[in-house]
This record gives sequence, structure tokens and C-alpha cells, in this order.
Amino acid sequence: MATATSDALPILVIGGGIAGLTAANEAAEAGHRVIIVEKEAYLGGRAIRLGKYFPKLCPPYCGFEINLRRIKQNPDVTVHTLAEVTKISGGPGDYTVSMRQEPRYVNQRCTACGECVEVCPEDRGDDFNYGLTKTKAIYLPHDMAFPMKFAVDMAACQGSSCSKCVEKCQYDAIDLAQQAQDKELKVGAIIVATGWRPYDASRMDNLGFGTHPNIVNNVTFERMAAESGPTAGKILRPSDGKLPKRVVFVHCAGSRDENHLQFCSSICCMASLKEGLLLKEQYPDAEVTDFYIDIRTPGRYEDFFTTAKEAGIELIKGKVAKIEPSTDGQYLVVTAEDAVSGKKVHRVADIVVLATGMQPSLLGDPLAGSLEHDEDGFVMTPLSDAGIFPVGCARAPVDVTTSTRDATAAALHSIHQLVARS
Amino acid sequence: MANDTAAEPKLGTYICTGCGLGDALDIEALEKIANGDPKSSTCKTNAFLCSDEGVKVIRDDIDGEGVNRVVIAACSGRVNQDVFAFGDDVVLDRVNLREQVAWCHTPNDEETDALAQDYLRMGLVKNSKSSIPESSVTQEVYDTLLVIGAGATGMQAAIEAAKAGHKVVLVEKEAELGGYLRTLHRQLPQRQPYAELSEPDLARKEGEVKAQPNIEVMTSSEVVKISGQPGLFTALVKRDGDEVAMQVGSVVLATGASSYDAAKLDHLGFGASPNVVSSDTFEAMAKSGKIVRPSDGRPATSVAFVLCAGSRDPDHLPYCSSSCCATSLKQAAYVREADPVNGRAFVFYRDMRTPGHQEYFYKAMQEDEGVFLTKGNVTEVKPVGANQVSVTAEETLLGGPITVEVDLVVLATGIVPSTLENDILALEYRQGAALPDLKYGFPDSHFICFPYETRRTGIFAAGTVRAPMDIANAYIDGGGAAMKAIQAIEYARTGIAALPRAMDPTYPDFGLDRCTACKRCTEECPFGTLNEDEKGFPQLNINRCRRCGICMGACPERVINFQNYSIDGTSSQIRAIDIPSEDSGKLRFLAFMCENDAYPAIDMAGVKRLQYDVQVRFVPVRCLGAINQVWIADSLSGGFDGVMLLGCKHGDNYQCHMIRGSELAVERLGKIQETLDRLGLEAERVQYIEFPISEYQRFPEIVKGFVKHINKIGPNPFKGF
Repeated sequence: MATATSDALPILVIGGGIAGLTAANEAAEAGHRVIIVEKEAYLGGRAIRLGKYFPKLCPPYCGFEINLRRIKQNPDVTVHTLAEVTKISGGPGDYTVSMRQEPRYVNQRCTACGECVEVCPEDRGDDFNYGLTKTKAIYLPHDMAFPMKFAVDMAACQGSSCSKCVEKCQYDAIDLAQQAQDKELKVGAIIVATGWRPYDASRMDNLGFGTHPNIVNNVTFERMAAESGPTAGKILRPSDGKLPKRVVFVHCAGSRDENHLQFCSSICCMASLKEGLLLKEQYPDAEVTDFYIDIRTPGRYEDFFTTAKEAGIELIKGKVAKIEPSTDGQYLVVTAEDAVSGKKVHRVADIVVLATGMQPSLLGDPLAGSLEHDEDGFVMTPLSDAGIFPVGCARAPVDVTTSTRDATAAALHSIHQLVARS
Repeated sequence: MANDTAAEPKLGTYICTGCGLGDALDIEALEKIANGDPKSSTCKTNAFLCSDEGVKVIRDDIDGEGVNRVVIAACSGRVNQDVFAFGDDVVLDRVNLREQVAWCHTPNDEETDALAQDYLRMGLVKNSKSSIPESSVTQEVYDTLLVIGAGATGMQAAIEAAKAGHKVVLVEKEAELGGYLRTLHRQLPQRQPYAELSEPDLARKEGEVKAQPNIEVMTSSEVVKISGQPGLFTALVKRDGDEVAMQVGSVVLATGASSYDAAKLDHLGFGASPNVVSSDTFEAMAKSGKIVRPSDGRPATSVAFVLCAGSRDPDHLPYCSSSCCATSLKQAAYVREADPVNGRAFVFYRDMRTPGHQEYFYKAMQEDEGVFLTKGNVTEVKPVGANQVSVTAEETLLGGPITVEVDLVVLATGIVPSTLENDILALEYRQGAALPDLKYGFPDSHFICFPYETRRTGIFAAGTVRAPMDIANAYIDGGGAAMKAIQAIEYARTGIAALPRAMDPTYPDFGLDRCTACKRCTEECPFGTLNEDEKGFPQLNINRCRRCGICMGACPERVINFQNYSIDGTSSQIRAIDIPSEDSGKLRFLAFMCENDAYPAIDMAGVKRLQYDVQVRFVPVRCLGAINQVWIADSLSGGFDGVMLLGCKHGDNYQCHMIRGSELAVERLGKIQETLDRLGLEAERVQYIEFPISEYQRFPEIVKGFVKHINKIGPNPFKGF
């Protein structure tokens, strides 16, 4: 086995999404030690929550199973979940990193037997499903979670006054008194894979996000369409669980917009077409309309655009002016201007999906103070030899496959730092 | 190739009673099995086996009692790998009594116990039939990377590999380095504010290549042959008429793309006027400082750019060439730069594709008053007089068709991969000289999560030969390919597999004395692992092998086996399953399942406590393509009532990480069904069921449907024979 042989410092990967996992695996399998620091209680980031990947319409769990197996079997990879990097000091080849690890309230002895859940009296919104469902305050993040350990959401838990789970657990795995820990890590190079979050669509008044349950953003729609999701992949109207007959997709909801995100988020065209196709797969007669500025399906993705057109998805070049409930409150009415005809158009919809753009997670994060980033919050690629390398959506808005290429290249950049100093 | 020097086998079996197993299952009966045949030298139960105390029990037996084979009957082998890790000298098997037995079947039930007991027997047999693999490493590997093509991608790959301490041979067919970079006047902005064009990277990259002592540059050179395998390739490179042989460990194919032949674009006016040129020609004009009308050599002040010239056109290139939108915007800037007062650029696009940060550059160009941008389908380009050309477009944003008369029309021609007409690699592989292409001649990977999962191990395509992309992405791709090429050498050095079975040290062994040279394995290996000798016998190139076992599934003589995964090992497991008599009313089904998709899916069904028919016995396989027909024949003659093959999607959007595994399984299934027909057994007793990892919530229903179907047919008439 290619275990780490050098006594070089390890490589730090901040973020355990698809980019971070890839970078970690690639570096580790080339014989280097790697530490992953992940903010959530599980690895996988945004991508593991997607319903399907474009253009193959294949499930993210498939690739994550392989990537997680690589992590599990490689003793050179150390994973810290519920942990964040707060500060970086030092320079290439020799960084000192401050990490804060929030308590999980569940220790390594947890077997994931799940008996705790049966006695827990409190509920919480399931963030894995973007709040579409609830879990108990003690919960398994998702069915394929790694680590396969429960966690307690202290915001929902009654704490030691309840302790029913503590009493129930046969394995002494729950410790409601656990405290956050601050640690210092010594690392040789840093890969920043902090990813993205959906732009807050409620900041666009005309799109009505937050005013009606049937106006959803694209990440939520992914869970609605995910076979691992709350409805086992059956897409239903959120307000009443009825089958949707008409769905409108609003591209560039926040992106390419002076007042919001000025850049193009790159993936939303493909994502919206994909979501329309998933809907068409389930309901061939459903009417799907996409409002777009430009359809951006580069390279072979053009075939996917062709498939979407052939499936009967209606495409209107035009900006959406407003989304409002119909007078009887049963439907949503989308008003837009067709940019080619110059005419005003209306579409009635059971669900409106906003293709909200990608905002770098780093924006507003304390870590931003330690990194060179642009005004949008994207970490800049170093111009010359440096030891900090942004990948995936921490660097630019990119799709999954670009993230993984990026991460693979960054693994090598990190190795350069270790090689140069060994 | 069992390890003959290994110590006498000494088996320890450890049964966990935690997580409800002790309450749900007859543990004593399981202990009895562990003490049967194959007999454990020690069998212990523990209420919390994955705890430090539990693991210590096993560890003590290994260290103190000489236990060198361990069977753990507890949770799924997909959890606690780090906990139950006893090193490479112990043959370890995990029997999944939790996710796939106790969590999904009725507790304290005779049938649930029968299932647990079958699984334990299977685990014990599998363990006894496995051995620790001897290392496949037989010789020192070569550390050098061969990078073919010295454009943006190839130079980047070479620089990055060299910086990591590897020697690189960089082969370029032209006399100079640079490829497409050499043709550029300016490059797109690469940093905020993404508004100013930058000087081409050529000089900088060329300087970096030349400054690297680890890089040997071979210009005016072409690869004429590559033979061997990762770590041990021999490449023959032709330079100045001489052939130079070199030994390399891995290969990066970075030969780029060429422009689509503008002569085929007569519908866009090419050839009708000398003032209709391709974007390459225009770039050269800008570079020479002469943006002129070829008809009379006078400055071209008004220039129209026609995008998607050939691209996104089913009659030409059905794909999008990705970089032409931004390139045309850049060239529009040249027009403005050449004549800031009178210069006019008209850009006709179908969709303006400037993703990510390129949007800033698009915006900057929109703000330039001398640049006119409109969506539109260009319907006619024709000469007007001797020196002007008119361009007409419909469906514009200006409300109807428009026509402009300009000095020069630039067709944004798309790109064509260099591998379309020439295999370049000249591989001495039984399955062909080229890296297999995916579509439109691009030798791209089919995998979203693993874009470097190549069909020719140790050979990685990167840059525009693989897919249309801009220079910034070509650099990333060159770096990524260099990383994988370095890894490929590392894997060969240590004798382990590449993705998807990353780090697997096992490999197939060919019993050539019984081989009939039927060539099925050499034809069906999706990775081109096997060559043939002059008599047609397979020649294994172990470092090309991805350890899927598709060859094992293909072999009618059953002479291909792994150290821990073999025809006999699996047949024995199937025979270890107890078949109840016909009058018991109990049926038995066998389900072969893909270990990457179906297995975790069924684990997740367990995590969710979904309940399903208890009469099914799972046999995980590395890939459905590894299922040898004899296993299916054995199971039916042994009395199984039905057999399911649970695998991933095949066809155009195949999900099989072994490329062709599930497709081959289906193909072979057709032949088995014919045989069944002849035996008087219903063909539908054996079924392929597409079962992606994400569909675990549907699993109980899938089993129900299958069982119902078999119930209709009735029990296997061979039962009891």
C-alpha cells in the first residue's frame, strides 16, 4: 500500500465536499498525509445533496461511495467534522492553522444503532433536505453519512435536563456536556475547498421567494427530486403534495445581475434543464418552461440541451418580472418579457424553481481574513509559488466534473510545496 | 499464486451481539456453525465488538494465539474499516448480520436465523478460499512521464510533473513549443476585474519549460509506437528520421485540437469573398498588427463576427466549441484597439457563452460603444462589391432581421480533436492503437466524479484533445493529468490498482495450462489489459488491470481467478447456502450484486429499517461483468428458485465504473437463458434488474416483484436433485 513515507508536513484540505474529497484522495494516494476539516457533521458538501448529476442523470451517491471508501481505507487521511479553520499563519511549507471543532455530543463509541432516536422528544429541520423534513434533535445526517455516527443539534436539544438518549444508549456514546475544542495544526500546504451556498433568493423581491411554498430554489428542488430524499424522488407540489402539471424554471435568479451576483454561476443552465428533464421523466405530459438570458451548455453539454428541447421543454429568452399567486391562490403566475418578440408573456405554474446562483461560502467567513480573495468572495489562484490553493467553487463557479479536475491539479500543487522542502 | 510461505491458517470468528443482533438472532446456532467446517480455532461473541475492548479481543488472538484469518460477523464491511484493520498479513472477511439481516428482517424468526447462518457459512468458506496476494511487483518502474503535445496543456503538465521531481519527455510535432498559444495576439483576462486583455503566456510558459532540468524537450518529433504498461512503457519517438526508444512510466496525451475547416462553411460566405476569414486568420492579422481587408489590403474598420460557425450545427459539429464566444469578444476588442475612433465590431451570437468570471469581460465589452452585440441566426453572408461583405441575421433582439455591411467577416470556427483522424498514441494493444473516444472523436472520460478514470490505465488525455475548453481550463487539466500520471507510476511501483478499486493489491491469475485461447477475455476487458501471443493466448499486463474481474466472468474454462475472489470461492459460497426442501414451502433466491452500487444501496435499506423478503441471499461481486455463467448454472442446479443480477445502468449513459460490466452481464444472460430453455427451466428465473445506488427505498418493492414472478412459475424442479 502506498502509505505516506515522507516525514513532510501534511496537506490541509478545508472543506469535505466533492472538491475537497477529491483533492484529499488524490494527494493521499500519491503517498502524502492529508487532513480534511469539514464544517458539517458529514462529508459530501453540496454535491452529495443533489438529486442527479448532469448530463448523465446519475446519482451522486455512486461516486461518493467510491470516494468515501477511498477515505475510509486510507490511514493517511484524517477527517475532522463539525470543524472550521479560523486562522492561517506562516507561509508555504510551514503553516500554522487554528481549527475550532464544535461538539458532536456523540463520541467514537456510537455504532449508529439508532436507539437514541426513539426516545428523543425534540424535532429539528433536516438541513440535509433543506428543511423539507424533520429529524429528531439527535440524528444521523443522512442514510450514507460518513462518519456513520449520530450527532446532536444542541439548538433543538433540551440538554442534560432531558438526557433520555444518554440513558438509552448502551454504548456510552452520548455526552451532552461535550465542549468545543480549539486545536492547532501544522501543515505544509493548504487546499481551500470551502464551496458555495445558494444566493439568498429572498433578496430579489420580484421573485417572491419565501412568500409561497411552491416557489423553491434549485437546491431544494434537487432534494424534491432525489431518490434519497423525502419523497423517494417523486416530485410533488410542496403546498399540498399534489402532482405538478406545470413547472417554470427561472434561470439567472441572482446571477448576471448588477444588483446581485455579477458573474455567471455557470451551472444553473444545465441544472435547470436537468431538473426539467427529471420532471418530464416522471410526468411526460407536464408543461415545463424555462426563462433564460443565454443557454450556456458548453462542449458536449450541447447534446443535453438538444435532449431538453426534444423532450418538449419550452425555452423563452427573457427576464422574469414577477411571480405572484393566482387570484384563487391555487397556482403561481409568472410574468416575463420575451426578449425576441418584445412581448409580455405569462405562464401558470404549480412550482416555480429559481436557479439561484452560487455564492462562495467564504464570503463573510472569518477565514476570509487569512486568504486572498476577490470582491465576490472567490479565493484567488496564486500568481506565483504559494502554498494555498483554491479549488472548485471556492475558486470559481464550476460544475462537479470541473471541481474534481481542479482538485486533482491542486493536489499536485500542494505536493510541490512538500517536495520543494524535503 | 497463493502465498506458499504463509503460516498454517488459523481462523478466529468473532460474533457481535450489539446493535440488536443478540436480541434478534440465535447466536448459539451461529457459534455452532463457526465451530463446524471450516472450523474456527477460536469463536468468540462480544456485546460491543467495535469498541476498544472488543477489538482488543481480536487483536490479542492475532498477536498471542497466531490467528491469521479473521471472520467478523457484525455490521456491514462498509463501516468500521478503520476499527477492524489488522494489517496486510491477516485474511479478513466481514459478515453483514446487521444492515442486511437483523435490521431488515423479523427478529427471532426461523427464516431470519436461516439467513444469518447462511451468511456466516458463506463468510467462513470465502475466508478459507482466500489467500494473501503476493506482490505483483516484479521489476523497478520507470519514473519518467511522456507528455505528447507541447501546447498550453502539455507544457503545463510537463512543468507540474517536473516540479514534483519527475523526469518528463515533452514531445512536440512542430519545430517550436506552444501550439495554440503561439498563435495568439492577446489572451483573455485571467484575474479581476477581468476587463483587460493580457499578453500571451507563451514566453512565460516556454521559459518555465526550458528552465526545468527535469524536462527533455523533443520538437519536430512524433510518437510512432507505445508498448508495455503503466510503470513499464516503451515509447518510440521519431525525430529527424531517427527513432529514439525511451522507457516511461505514464503518458499524458495533450495534442490539442485543430480548427474546423472553414472551407466547409460556404453557407456562411467562406470562399465567396476573400474578406470572409476564420478566427485563426483574424488572430494572425491582429498579431501581425494588420487588421486589413484581404481584398485590397486596406484597414478593416468594421468587422462582423459570426459565432457558432460550424459549432452547434448537426451538419457540422453538433457540440459547442466552448471558447469561441470569449475569443470573438476578445477579437472585437482588437478591432477597437486598432482604431478606437472608427473601429466597429458586430457580434452575432446564438447564446453568449461566457461562464463564470468571463461574464465580467462580456460586460466590459457590452459597455464599449463600438461593439454591437446581438443574438441572431445568421442567414446570409455575401459580398457587396469588391471590398464589402453583408451579413444578415434573423431572430435578433432588435425586432426583426438586420443586415450590416462590413469590411471583414470573421467566422468563429469550432474545434476538432487532434485524435479524430490519427490515433497519435500508436499503442501496441490488442484492442487498438488509440485511446478510445467517447463521442465526436474526443477521448474523454465518461465519468463526472472521476474525469481521469481512463480506459487505458496510465494514459491520460487532457486539454482540448479531450474536450473543448479555454486556456485557463487547459492549464488545470494539464495539472490534473500530471497528478494522475504521477500516481499511475506510484501504483505500478507498489503493485496496487487505480480507480475505481484504488489501492487494491489483488490481481487475476491466468491458469494458462488450461486456457483454450478462445480470446473472450482479451476481447472483453474494458481496459485493454490483455494482449495476445502469437498463438492467441492472453498476455497479462498487470499494471493495466483494474481488477474488475470481467475476464473471470468471461472465461468458459474458468481458469482466471484472484487470490481472494475466484470461481471456486464464489461457487463454494453458493453451495454453502442451505436450500430448504420443496415441501417446506420456502423459496431461495440468489442475488448477485454490484459492490459499488447495489451493496451500499441494500445497506442503506437496512439503515432505514426497510423490511423485505427474507428468502434472498446476496453475493457481492466487484462488477456484474465478473459473474461467471457457472455460478448461475450451479445455483439453479443446486435448487435456487431464481437468480437476480442487481447492477447499474448500461447504454449511452452507463454508470458502470468498469465501463461494460452490466452490459456484458446482460449480453451473457441472454446466452444463459437459451441454455435454461434447453434444460426445460424457465428463462425468467434469471433476471437482470437495474438497481442504482440511490433507489434503495424501492428495494422491498423490487424483491417483491421478483418473488411474485417466481411464485407464479413455481419452485425450481431441480430442487433436491
